[in-house]
Amino acid sequence: MDTLKAEFLKAVPAVDFAALRFVEEANEYLTVRQDVCEPPQLSTTRGAMVTVMDGGGLGYAATSDLTGAGLREAIARARHYAEITAGRSVVDYAGIEMPSAKGEYRSPVARDPQSLSRSEKYALLAGEARQCRVDDRIVDWEANLWTTHSSQAYFTADGGEIVQEFHYVVPNMSATAYADGESQTRTQGGRSNGFCQQGGLEVLEAFGLAGSGRAVGEGALELLLAPNCPSGTMDIVLMPDQMMLQIHESIGHPLELDRILGDERNFAGTSFVTLDMFGTYRYGSDLLDVTYDPTRARQFASYGWDDDGSRAEKQYLIRRGLLERPLGGAISQKRAGVAGVANTRACSWNRAPIDRMANLNIEPGTSSLDELVGAVKLGVLMRTNVSWSIDDSRNKFQFGCEWGRVIRDGRLAEVVKNPNYRGISATFWRSLSGVGDASTFEVLGTPFCGKGEPAQAIRVGHASPACRFSAIDVFGGAA
Amino acid sequence: MRAYFEQLAADLESRARPSEVLISRLNAEDSDFIRFNKSAVRQATSVRQVGWTLTLIDGTRRIDASTSLTGRLAEDRATLTGLLDTLRIAIADVPEDPFLLVETKPATTASERRGALPDPSEVIDAVLDAGRGLDLVGFHASGPLYRGFASSLGVRHWHAVENFNFNWCLYHDRDKAVKSSYAGDRWEPAAFDARMRFAREQLARLREPPRKLAPGAYRTYFAPAAMTELLGMLSWAGFGLKSRNTKQSALIRMAEEEAAMSPLVTLRENTADGIASPFQAEGFVRPAAVPLVDGGRLAAPLVSPRSAREYGVATNGANAQETPESLDLAAGSLPQEDALRALGTGLFVGNLWYLNFSDRASCRLTGMTRFASFWVERGQIVAPLDVMRFDDTAYRILGENLEALTRERDLVPESDTYEERSTLSMRTPGALVRDFTLTL
Repeated sequence: MDTLKAEFLKAVPAVDFAALRFVEEANEYLTVRQDVCEPPQLSTTRGAMVTVMDGGGLGYAATSDLTGAGLREAIARARHYAEITAGRSVVDYAGIEMPSAKGEYRSPVARDPQSLSRSEKYALLAGEARQCRVDDRIVDWEANLWTTHSSQAYFTADGGEIVQEFHYVVPNMSATAYADGESQTRTQGGRSNGFCQQGGLEVLEAFGLAGSGRAVGEGALELLLAPNCPSGTMDIVLMPDQMMLQIHESIGHPLELDRILGDERNFAGTSFVTLDMFGTYRYGSDLLDVTYDPTRARQFASYGWDDDGSRAEKQYLIRRGLLERPLGGAISQKRAGVAGVANTRACSWNRAPIDRMANLNIEPGTSSLDELVGAVKLGVLMRTNVSWSIDDSRNKFQFGCEWGRVIRDGRLAEVVKNPNYRGISATFWRSLSGVGDASTFEVLGTPFCGKGEPAQAIRVGHASPACRFSAIDVFGGAA
Repeated sequence: MRAYFEQLAADLESRARPSEVLISRLNAEDSDFIRFNKSAVRQATSVRQVGWTLTLIDGTRRIDASTSLTGRLAEDRATLTGLLDTLRIAIADVPEDPFLLVETKPATTASERRGALPDPSEVIDAVLDAGRGLDLVGFHASGPLYRGFASSLGVRHWHAVENFNFNWCLYHDRDKAVKSSYAGDRWEPAAFDARMRFAREQLARLREPPRKLAPGAYRTYFAPAAMTELLGMLSWAGFGLKSRNTKQSALIRMAEEEAAMSPLVTLRENTADGIASPFQAEGFVRPAAVPLVDGGRLAAPLVSPRSAREYGVATNGANAQETPESLDLAAGSLPQEDALRALGTGLFVGNLWYLNFSDRASCRLTGMTRFASFWVERGQIVAPLDVMRFDDTAYRILGENLEALTRERDLVPESDTYEERSTLSMRTPGALVRDFTLTL
C-alpha cells in the first residue's frame, strides 16, 4: 500500500483535486446443500479508483492494473474525463472543497474467521444443516457461510490518508417443505442475507447457528400446514427482520439525496421527498426516531470515513416523526444546499461513490413485545422478508413475509403462510402506533442494496426494534 | 487480449500434474460509463478490469478462486502461479464433490464482434445537444467485453464483443417520463436522432393531465419493454431443473399440476440469436436453442452441469443459476401498428418496475407501472397514467387473459452493470391482455 501511495503521489499532476482509493477484498463462500459440501468459492478483487477534479470537471478512472504504468494510465484517463466534462456537468466541481482527512478504522473481531480450518467450517455447517430434515416433506435444505476481509485505503494528493479494514460474516440457513402442490421455505437470515454483521466467528453465535437447522426445518413444515394469511384492514406487528426491509425501502431510499436531486431517475428512481420538506415534513408519528449511525459496533455498514473522505458520525434523520436531514454526502450536500451525512460510498474499487444508506436504524422505544401484541384486537405479527416491491418514487409499496401469526384480542393465535401487506410510505409511518424496547431490538442488514449507473450492490445495515402499525391493508396468498 | 489469455492459460496448463485438471476463465472489460442528469454530465468513469477464475480439480475435489489481474503477462503469470500453489494446498481441505462435471471433450470455438464505438466526448456532445432545453437523465455504457475459457483437457472458447448501450429518460415532471434506449455496435448519429425525436413526441403526450385509476381489472397492452419485466420474473425463478426438482420454481404448478399458459406462448433460450457467450463456466457449448415453454406447456428445463450430475440427466449448457441469458418469446400475429386499435379502451403500459412474487408457488406477481404509460380510448392515447400497483398471476396475464402477441419483436439488451457489463438480452413482442389487476 505504501508503494501504491508513493506511485500515486509521484504521478499525480497539478490539478484542483486528486485522490486514489484502493480496495482489496477477499471472499470465501461455503455451501452445504442436502448434506453435500459444494466446492468452496474463493475470490479476491483488487484495484484502485482515481478521482480528478480540475477546471470544474470531474473524472473517475478505475484499474485492476496496479503497476506504476497502470496507475499512470488511470490518472491520465481520469484527468481526460475531468477535461471533457468541465463546463458541462451538473455542478461546477471547482466550487466544492473535498475533505482531506487522516485516520484508521478496523472492524472489531473477537474470533478470527481463519482460526477454523475450511473443513471445520464445512463440518459446522453440515452438522447443523442435517438437522433441517425433520420430515420427508422437507425437499431441500442448505447452509451457507460467507466471510469477507476488505482492506481499503484512500489517499488525496494534498496529504489525506485513511486506512480502513473490515471483516464481514454472513451466515444463512434455509429449508423448503413441499406437499400436494404447495411449497414453503423458511430461512434464518432471510432470502437476502439479512443477518450480516462485522466481526469474526462470534457472529455465528449472535446468528444462533446452533439449533438453526432444526428451527428452519420445523418452520417450513409449519408453514406448509398453515392456512393463508387473512385479508382485510388490521394492525400489524413487524419483527426486526421485516422492519429492516421496511426501513430500507420506504425511509432509506426516499431520503437519498442523489435521488432527490434526480441522478437516479433513469434507473433506481426518484423520491416523493423534496428538498423543501427537510425541517418541516411529518414523516411519521411522534414515536418515529430514525438515525444514520456508522458508529454502532458490529453493524454491517459501520465505518470511520466515507469514500469521499468525510468523517462518519451519528445523525438523526427523523426525530419524533419530523424529517430533519437527508442521506447525502459532500458533493450532494453542496449541490442541494442542505446538511447531510457521510454516506458517499462505492461498492468496490471499480465504481464511483454515490449517496448510499450505510447504517440506517430505528431507535428503540419503550414497549415490550407483549405490550405491542397486547394492544391489537385483530392483526398479524410478521417475520422475515420474502418479497419487496415499491414504486420509483418510493411511495406505493407491497411487502411479503415468510411467516405470520394472527393476533386476536391481544394474544398470539395460529400461524399463517404468505402474509403480505401494502401501503403508501407517505402515510404508512404515521400509522406507527408502538415501538418495541431494547429487548426487541436486532442488528441486521443486507449485502445487496442495488442502485447506481453503473450498478452497484452495496452493504447496508438496519437495526430496529419490533414495531406496530395500525389499520394496514393485509392479505394472503392466492390459494 | 485473446493472445494474452491463451498464453497465460497455456502457461498454467503446462504446470498441471497428471491427476489435475486446470480450468481458466477470463472476464475482462474496458468500459466508458457516463451518467447524465438534467441534460448535463453527473459522473464519467473509465473502468479497465481483468478478472481470472482458476479452477483446480484433483480427482473428485474441486476448488475455484477468482482474482483481479493487471492485464500484463509477466505480472499476471506470477500471480496465477502463486494462486495455483495456494489452491494445491487448499484442495486437501475440500470435501469430495459427487456432482462434479466439466466438459472433457476437446473443442475450440471463437466469436468476435467488433464495433465502431463513439469517443466519450462525442457522446457527451450528442447527448447534451439533444437534451438542450429538456430534462434528460441517462446512462451510456460502451467498450469491449471479453470472455475466455480454457481447460487442460483441450477446451478453448473465446467470445469478444464491442458494443454500447445508451438509455435515457426525458422527464416532464416528478415521475412522468419517456424512457428510450439506443444500443448496438456502431453509433449512427441519424439513428440516435430518430430515437430522440420519437421520445420528444411521446414527451408531449405526458403534458396532458394524468388519469388516476381506481383499483380493478383493465384491458391492457404491454409494450415489449414492459414484457421484459414480466418475462424477467419467469427467468429468475421459473426454468431451472434444480428449482423444479426442489419445488421452488415459480412455474411449479405447470410442472406438477395442470397449469398452463396460453397456446400463444412459446419461449426459448435462443443462444444463437443472443449476445451472450455460447459457452458456460464449465466449458459446455450451449445448443442454438432450448425450448422452455412450447405452446403454453412447460418444455425442457435449463440444466447446469451440476444439476445434470445430481439428477442424472444431460446438461444443456445452462449457467449455475439455470437462468436464461437469451430468452426469446415467439412473435404473434397482431401488427404492432394495430395494437392500440385492438386495445380499444384500456391501458398502454410502456414499462413495468420492481416486480416480485407475492405468492411464488402461484406465480403471482406484484409490481408497478412506470414511465410512459397511458390511458387509451377507442384506440387513441388520451392521458398519461399515474403509477399503479398490480398484483396478478402469470397464468392469467400470459394464459387465459392473453389475446394476442404482436408480429414485431424487440431485441432488448440487458443494461445491467453490476460488477461488469452484462451480455444478457431478451427478444419479445408486445402483448394484448383481456384484463390486468391493479390494486393500489
